[in-house]
Amino acid sequence: MNSIKRFFIDRESLAPALVTLLAALFSLLVGIILIFIVSKNPLQSIHNFLLAPFLRSYNFYYLLIVMVPITFTGLALCIVYQLGYMSLIVDASLYSGAVVATVIGTQLSLPAGVHPAVAMLAAGIVGGLISLLPAILKIRWRANELVSSLMLNYVFYFLGSFVILYYLRDRNQTILSSVPFKKTFLLPRLVQNTQLHVGFLIAVAFVILVSIFMYRTRWGYEIRLTGANPRFAMYTGIPVTTVILYAHFISGFIGGVGGAVEMAGLYRAFIWQMNPSYAWDGVIVAMLARRNPKFVPLSAFFFAYLRVGADFMSRRGDVAFEFITLLQGLIILILASDRIVNYFKERQLKKHIMKNQGAA
Amino acid sequence: MEHTLQILIRTEKICKIYPNGTFANKAIDFSVFEGEIHGLVGENGAGKTTLMKMLYGEEQPSSGRMLIEERPISFTSEFDAIRAGIGMVHQHFMLVPSLTAAENLVLGKEPKRPRTRTFDFEAAARTTQELSEHYNLPVIVRARVADLSVSMRQKLEILKALYRGARILILDEPTAVLTPQETEELFIELKALKNQGKTIIFISHKLKEIFNICDRVTVMRDGKLIATHNVEDIDVQQISNEMVGREVHFEVMHPATEPGEAVLNVRHLAFIDDFGIVKLKNVSFSLRKNEILGVVGVDGNGQTELVEILTGMGKALAGSVIAHGVEITNKGPYTVRRNRIAHIAEDRITIGTALSASIEQNLLADRYWQRQFSTKLGFLRSKEMTQHAAMLVHEYDIRCNSTQQPVGSLSGGNMQKVVIAREFSAQASILIVSQPTRGVDIGAIEYIHLKIMEMQSAGKAILLVSSDLQEVMALSDALIVMHQGEIVAYFPDATTVTDKELGLYMLGLKRQSEYEIRQVFNE
Repeated sequence: MNSIKRFFIDRESLAPALVTLLAALFSLLVGIILIFIVSKNPLQSIHNFLLAPFLRSYNFYYLLIVMVPITFTGLALCIVYQLGYMSLIVDASLYSGAVVATVIGTQLSLPAGVHPAVAMLAAGIVGGLISLLPAILKIRWRANELVSSLMLNYVFYFLGSFVILYYLRDRNQTILSSVPFKKTFLLPRLVQNTQLHVGFLIAVAFVILVSIFMYRTRWGYEIRLTGANPRFAMYTGIPVTTVILYAHFISGFIGGVGGAVEMAGLYRAFIWQMNPSYAWDGVIVAMLARRNPKFVPLSAFFFAYLRVGADFMSRRGDVAFEFITLLQGLIILILASDRIVNYFKERQLKKHIMKNQGAA
Repeated sequence: MEHTLQILIRTEKICKIYPNGTFANKAIDFSVFEGEIHGLVGENGAGKTTLMKMLYGEEQPSSGRMLIEERPISFTSEFDAIRAGIGMVHQHFMLVPSLTAAENLVLGKEPKRPRTRTFDFEAAARTTQELSEHYNLPVIVRARVADLSVSMRQKLEILKALYRGARILILDEPTAVLTPQETEELFIELKALKNQGKTIIFISHKLKEIFNICDRVTVMRDGKLIATHNVEDIDVQQISNEMVGREVHFEVMHPATEPGEAVLNVRHLAFIDDFGIVKLKNVSFSLRKNEILGVVGVDGNGQTELVEILTGMGKALAGSVIAHGVEITNKGPYTVRRNRIAHIAEDRITIGTALSASIEQNLLADRYWQRQFSTKLGFLRSKEMTQHAAMLVHEYDIRCNSTQQPVGSLSGGNMQKVVIAREFSAQASILIVSQPTRGVDIGAIEYIHLKIMEMQSAGKAILLVSSDLQEVMALSDALIVMHQGEIVAYFPDATTVTDKELGLYMLGLKRQSEYEIRQVFNE
């Protein structure tokens, strides 16, 4: 019991944890108020919004499926954030990973089991290499990684669409779609008669692996120290440039695998009409998890919960699905406001000091 | 001079708690008489600067009040304080380097031509000249600040405050950047200002100076005001005991050791900074085992750049650095450290530590990769790491609650002990020690000096760079003096030279012959 407590809460991070919780609750509260304003039948809508995953088993499995890609991008972003970088290139890594997986899933003939594994590995490597680009631009020419990654996301989105459109398109379909995947490529279902696929377990495995990597290996140690103070890291003899590069590679690798898992788990062909932009959802997930991989499943669950609830409610009533973007914005706003965290920290500290020392 | 004993400014039960929880001032009752020079002493972190910042309106008190001539005052910014006749000269000068002295002086309160309402440079120059003569603080009126010496910039800062009508001058460690000669000059000028009726609050941690020019002195410790004395009634020992809260020993016991063979050979280093200023010119020397070689010079004469290049943090334009026969020039800290060189960085906040990381991480940042702490597969042995950190915390007397606490929550002295614990336990044979006691309290200074000496006895070769002249002279076996990027003097025996004489070399007024300087090669 004690160790569980220590796992989730230590004194130092109490204030940020409090704020995170507050952000989540506050956004829910605002959501409820909004529903009251907008809906003709607010109680029914709120009922649908809050209890959706528990009203129908379909919704619950849907929630778990929604969690998968944002868990991957959330993990990937945890790593770059811990490094002190703001790169969003994982978007391109995931999209390109999906494209690479499509190539392998449609063109190669491999035995079941091996087929998706090969696709994931290839997607991961491509995703990792793509992720290196903004890092290299930053190291070499001090180009701001946030800007360059956002721009590169377009480049790789259009490059991916080009590959699908010109080389893999299924001409028999009216909508944009690749030729269908080989049967061997598809990931098995986890629960019969649902869409929940083995990819969910892969995501869980990645959560565990990344947590171990970040907190139990010397490479994670290097990443965390470099993020804490890059000049200090260099001064103590940490090969900072190397650290930045492999951290980005691993982050992109995770994104790429995420793309492949989506393809092999959920679809029968590449049918993304636009970029699903899981990176942006990943930003919220990583921030809610406070950059700590072990909290990613929790925050991904919360995020998926909002999604599924809003989706269910909009189909059953008169509140548009888009209202969820408002809640997301609110969460980010609260989490990004250092001042709120500091307010709680300061209050705690002042109380502590006054108690211990008195007013002299 | 007779005290008028009229209280000009005082504080009443003033408290300050910073947002990060530091209780910097605890119910301070501080008062200054009109027309006195009032010394304010205390260790770093004692709350001197905080108190002064409140008087100067840069910080607002959490509780308590301040009064000038018994009228309560409250400042929301420096502007209010300036209006009330308070001027402050910061440790880091607030001047615009690209503007002339005259322009800097009038900045914010410029004389205008009557018709066109445009800036009247001639009037500004005239005013500056007049003020300069009136207060006997010589500055070159038309020179750009970038071209002025440090001591002249300081005079300009004082003039600037006077121009804005300051009756009370707060000087924050004004002598820290000056040579002994310049310090003496400043003291004469300050005494003259006092005779003209100005009140001066003089912050310092050099007690000698307090006795030299102050009428009264206030001692602070741990955010509290300990006592205020007439300087005649007290001696150095008593004040320093009050500052530290216990007996202090000043004498450094310097072990007599014979230097061994040269382990670090530096030849013909050259460096030019981003602004095209030559920072190092043909710097050559050798550092021997068992030796502390002190580097002396006014701040900004190439010492920082020299240390950066030696430790791989900066890149030389030309020249070579050879440690134990291995060329390490421009190879970066990764290589430098693996060639058994440790480095105490001059700036522990931005380089020497990672503030948000734990004490343990800071202590192990240079050795986490060693077999002792990580397995072949790269997994950390966290138990060993924690034990090692706990051992260092104990051995180096770092005062903390836990090794998992962020370094940023420690006091300056303890933070520096973290740096020293890491670097001195790194099993290096060459130690590059830069500003080891800057901003550190007296108790910790004593301890750090002791540790440096221990390292010497253990056979290490130590290069000691410090802007505290007394410190370098007390600790070093031999000295080199740097002026404008060059080594201008070498003294094989530090005990044979006086601070006055060093001052002449530091200012560039004297210079040894090539032959004398070349003795530093020890060939």
